[in-house]
Amino acid sequence: MSAVGHRGGAVIALSLALALMLHMVPLPGWAAAARPEWLLLVVVYWCLAVPERVGVGVAWFAGLLLDVVQGSLLGQHALAMALVAYLAIKLHQRIRVFPLPQQAATVLLLAGLYALADLWVRGMTGHAPSVWRALLPALTTAALWPVAFVTLRFLRRYYRVA
Amino acid sequence: MVLDHQTRYGQHLRASLVVLVYPLQYAVTVPGELGRWVADEFTTRSRLERDNETLRTQNRLLRAQLQKYAELEAENIRLRELLQSARKMGERVLVAELLSVDLDPYRRMVKINKGGRHGVYLGQPLVDAHGIMGQVVRVHPLDSVAMLITDPDHSLPVQVNRNGLRAIAVGTGTGLEIPYQPNNADIRPGDLLVTSGLGGVFPAGYPAAVVESVETNPALQFATITARPAARLDRGREVLLVWPAGAAPAAARAEAPP
Repeated sequence: MSAVGHRGGAVIALSLALALMLHMVPLPGWAAAARPEWLLLVVVYWCLAVPERVGVGVAWFAGLLLDVVQGSLLGQHALAMALVAYLAIKLHQRIRVFPLPQQAATVLLLAGLYALADLWVRGMTGHAPSVWRALLPALTTAALWPVAFVTLRFLRRYYRVA
Repeated sequence: MVLDHQTRYGQHLRASLVVLVYPLQYAVTVPGELGRWVADEFTTRSRLERDNETLRTQNRLLRAQLQKYAELEAENIRLRELLQSARKMGERVLVAELLSVDLDPYRRMVKINKGGRHGVYLGQPLVDAHGIMGQVVRVHPLDSVAMLITDPDHSLPVQVNRNGLRAIAVGTGTGLEIPYQPNNADIRPGDLLVTSGLGGVFPAGYPAAVVESVETNPALQFATITARPAARLDRGREVLLVWPAGAAPAAARAEAPP
């Protein structure tokens, strides 16, 4: 992380670690199904902000760690995360100039896609929850996008991550 | 992904990755532990005395019952020897604690604070004071993940305690159901289901569930039977890991405290 022009790798790693921790915090039963995809938010943000550093590979590895944390099939979240990161990077120049609400709408689509990819793997290997329940986290994720965006942008500017 | 689903090769990769996330997990459990510690430290003297008294009474009662049990066991062994059948031996247990971390929201899994280092093995049964809870599905060096019997992927071989009728209890996510029982099967609400020991994973004779409702519909081939797990799956923090007699690998037996 000490290469010229690359700063703040630790900030990226720490934000990812914090997002992973938020996935583990116990929630009451009714809220657990609607838990926002924190890791997705952080990965998408860094994909938009520094696409030359955080890409499909980092997203895939972050997803793999999430699989380990949740005890799900290895690669289940990794696949979905890599898919979303690919799209985010493909579209990053457009999404960057969107106003915040429109960005949130894009994140809703990405998170929905993430949930569907996840659901697809679940459906193939065991029992899938109902589609509407599976899409619930996409809504909360999109609702939290403005907060995550502002926080992470502050962090990026403060530590001059580039 | 296919490898992890179909085989057990994923275990090694998982075990090495889990080392990376273990500190995070530990950090997440700290606030809850702290809260419990504070609550423990500041319980009042009178409450401690009261607790002590109830535990003493309970202990006396259990001891009295145990005396009878010891005699019954001796008698049982004698009778079994007469019949020349294999005798059931005592099982080793180890107390483990649930870690307060959330896992996959669509599965019924829990994480416990004992792992491969403590001799935990894949498929090891997990019980609490009231009955069977589940089995270990992933073993990591310092912790492991157990699937509860209410998980939709879990099936438990049981038999009705009253008449020995064998059945399978399948998890539904919230409770259990007993599929493939004919409409005239002799199962009634309130029946206790105990593990039958068939399948080789769970030791026989532990209470597993209580039948809740039996609905017979002549239009359907089988009765619809639901059951409630006997173990308190959603409360309590302490669970028991059981090494069934003869089923534990040698290494696990050596490491397990008596």
